[in-house]
Amino acid sequence: MTFQTTWFLLIAVLWVGYFILEGFDFGVGMLVRAVSKNEADRRAVLTTLGPVWDGNEVWLLVAGGATFAAFPEWYATLFSGFYLPLFLILVSLIVRGVAFEYRSKYGKAQWRQRWDVAIFIGSAIPALLWGVAFANIVRGVPIERAATGSLEYTGGFFNLLHPYALLGGVVTLTVFLTHGAVFLSLKTAGEIRVRAQAIAKISGLVAAVAAVGFLAWTNLMLPEINARVLTLSIIVALLWVAGMAANFMGREGWAFIFSAGTIAVFVSTLFYALYPRVMPSSLGSQFDLTITNASSTDYTLKVMTVVAVVMTPLVLIYQGWTYWVFRKRVSASQIMNPEHGVLDAVSHSLHK
Amino acid sequence: MNSLDLARWQFAITTVYHFLFVPITIGLGFLVAGLQTAWYRTGKLEYLRATKFFGKLFLINFAIGVVTGIVQEFQFGMNWSSYSRFVGDIFGAPLAIEGLLAFFLESTFLGLWIFGWDRLPKKLHLASIWLAATGTILSAYFILAANAWMQHPVGYVINAEKGRAELVDIKAVLTQKTAITEFLHTIPSAAFAGGAFMAGISAYLIIKKKDELLARSTFKLGAITMLVSFVLVFITGDITSRVMTEQQPMKMAAAEALYSTQANAPFSLLTIGTLDGSKSVFQIGVPSMLSFLSTGNFNGVVEGVNDLEAKYDAQYGPGDYTPNVPLAYWSFRLMIGFGFLGVLFILLAMRGLRRGATPKGKWFAPAMYSLPFIPLLSISFGWIFTETARQPWAVFGLIKTEDGVSAVVSAGAVLFTMIVFTLLYGVLAIIEVGLTLRVIKMGPAEEFDYADPQLGGSEDKQLVMAY
Ligand code: HDD
Ligand code: HEM
Ligand code: HEM
Repeated sequence: MTFQTTWFLLIAVLWVGYFILEGFDFGVGMLVRAVSKNEADRRAVLTTLGPVWDGNEVWLLVAGGATFAAFPEWYATLFSGFYLPLFLILVSLIVRGVAFEYRSKYGKAQWRQRWDVAIFIGSAIPALLWGVAFANIVRGVPIERAATGSLEYTGGFFNLLHPYALLGGVVTLTVFLTHGAVFLSLKTAGEIRVRAQAIAKISGLVAAVAAVGFLAWTNLMLPEINARVLTLSIIVALLWVAGMAANFMGREGWAFIFSAGTIAVFVSTLFYALYPRVMPSSLGSQFDLTITNASSTDYTLKVMTVVAVVMTPLVLIYQGWTYWVFRKRVSASQIMNPEHGVLDAVSHSLHK
Repeated sequence: MNSLDLARWQFAITTVYHFLFVPITIGLGFLVAGLQTAWYRTGKLEYLRATKFFGKLFLINFAIGVVTGIVQEFQFGMNWSSYSRFVGDIFGAPLAIEGLLAFFLESTFLGLWIFGWDRLPKKLHLASIWLAATGTILSAYFILAANAWMQHPVGYVINAEKGRAELVDIKAVLTQKTAITEFLHTIPSAAFAGGAFMAGISAYLIIKKKDELLARSTFKLGAITMLVSFVLVFITGDITSRVMTEQQPMKMAAAEALYSTQANAPFSLLTIGTLDGSKSVFQIGVPSMLSFLSTGNFNGVVEGVNDLEAKYDAQYGPGDYTPNVPLAYWSFRLMIGFGFLGVLFILLAMRGLRRGATPKGKWFAPAMYSLPFIPLLSISFGWIFTETARQPWAVFGLIKTEDGVSAVVSAGAVLFTMIVFTLLYGVLAIIEVGLTLRVIKMGPAEEFDYADPQLGGSEDKQLVMAY
């Protein structure tokens, strides 16, 4: 296997990790209000994400950094080309991250409501736009050789809003919503858990319809039917069905494993359909960005491989360990004084 | 303004803004870890209360450091895609390593620290904050190595066919002199900022007679941190000056507004140049001092702006190789000047606060309230100097800033995103400062909340730092 293929795989792995992990963050973010009846519920819901969301987001940062290092042409073309969607994602992530940290500092209902809106929007927009972006990458976008010799995206913003791409966005949005609901049913106790389960049942069905449509479209879009892409697509569908079944039976652990598995195979399918291209051009294959014409030198890739081989297991171990430390279910009854922010004038201490 | 100017403004705004929070994160992270260690060792409740108090402030600051960092990671691709294509083979590696090595460490262990109070064994919980703090240092190292490579590229070859720089020696990139001096100058400057933050806030508590005992000890910790780190900043600044003069003589010439090459060059206390910045009309200086600063020898020859311009014209082809001289001149002085101002304030305050006294002078309160901001000014001017006096180069001698900008992004798009980022950052700053002031006004919380469950605190007591 060449270094280029290795790095294509590693970047695919990073995106798989990112979508599995931040996928449920996005879902939970969208559900904060929907699964909660009161402040204690909401804070319990947010506490399930508290220790992990930033670590989850680092998967994206590393995917970005790795793309820059391993395939600079891809990084440059993608992020300058998909300028506005990426900008919207960044703004969402900023607002959402700050909202997590600040919302419960004060008890004022209006303050919290506003941050809850920020969390909702900040989760929904990236959940939608990542799907739009990936669908566009798979479908191919107008890329041409510029005067400078580099391959540049030449479409505008609205070029990215093709029906196939929008459907891709609906898929990620609904899949992440379901994934988040399943996560909540696994991580919370009491009524929140019951509500989350109910939501997962409905959104799981919607996601199933969207995903099957999208995968069918993806298969038909390829120049000829590709047996492996087709097989992978079927596996995606089966995993999702298994996840929904587990959810109906109240087997939350299995439901979560299956929804994570669905995301993993779904993202892998997209990457598989791309390989060896990283950003196909809709204007002719001579303008495709591929793992060969977009990559760094073998030396750089070798250096990066050494770092990745040493560091990745360590990261997986300590990140996995955090999930283990915080494995207990969170319930609303654990949240003392839910209405009080820690910075409210009335002290948070019970003894004043 | 064209898309180049706008992209430059955007980069300057987002990066300087990111770096207002970074030094406090780095400096305060270690101070909080130190306080918690003191509590762990001695069991004194005062230390625990101080840990939690500054810990809360640390987290409020950290949140903005994180979210503004995300923009940094992607804006090279968004606004500077030609630059990214040119340098990606080299520049991307430190960035990716930073994420894998540092950001995972920081974010994971900080999560454990925030939510692990009274849940994790004490030792493990203490280790979490130290690991998070270590993460910030690692992150600084790799990103500064990338920046140092832009100041002084090493370990590369130019591939003319592909039109890019290619890495041949990663060790050279990570261990070159420039990376090390930049790191050793930046980290103590972050400690200086963290110390000032702690000292200023402690002084406020002392003035308001809130928790004086605790505040006096944290004041001392902050003050000592400031003094020690200032000595380091000073020493490494001096070394940095020499490295810089050797590698980027134009920068030193601009910093000193030294227009013609001179032996026994004076260090300028005040230079007034002509409006177009091409020569000086009036100068007060310390004789031979500049020669000493930049070469280590009072008789050393220091090259001037005009001579260097002629030299670069011959070397790189006709063009404008002179940075904005007044900006370089003033930002360099303001960096140093605010550093000394911070030290002056802290020395006066230390004298005034000796043996339980409180200074009577009108100066005390305003000086202490401004203390946390002074190092941030120093640091911002330091970066503005480092980055603008390198112009017109993005990577010195290899690629000009104007050739790095994204070709396919319109000026309108850059303007739009710049406006939104700036407004958003403005709002976040207001909220951040508001929360910080609120925490300070409340002062360190009561002991009861932090008592052991056996002493009456409940197992499920509210997590003061959690959501
Ligand atoms: C000298 C140190 C230093 C410098 C020059 C920079 N940063 Fe930074 N950055 C940090 C030191 C730091 C930190 C101390 O590690 C932060 C600050 C607050 C924080 O949460 O971590 C951080 C956060 C931070 C994050 C969020 C990490 C997370 O989610 O936990 C990203 C993606 C970046 N930075 C990226 C950058 C890039 C691409 C820079 C170059 C333009 C940059 N930073 C300049
Ligand atoms: C965090 C502290 C930093 C600050 C405050 C800072 C500040 C600045 C400023 C003010 C400019 C504008 C110069 C001009 O256009 O005249 C600039 C340019 C630039 N800096 Fe930095 N910088 C920092 C760190 C870095 C780092 C760590 C990197 C790379 C890893 C970097 C890469 C660049 C690039 C690519 C430019 C060229 C774009 C431009 O001219 O605006 N900077 N920086
Ligand atoms: C006391 C005397 C000081 C001297 C002689 C000095 C010297 C320098 C020099 C020469 C540079 C430019 C390096 C380059 O462009 O390659 C620089 C940059 C910088 N300075 Fe200072 N400095 C001093 C004080 C301070 C203080 C007090 C602070 C902040 C607390 C500070 C923070 C910075 C920062 C953050 C940079 C940009 C990073 C870097 O290039 O290392 N400096 N300083």
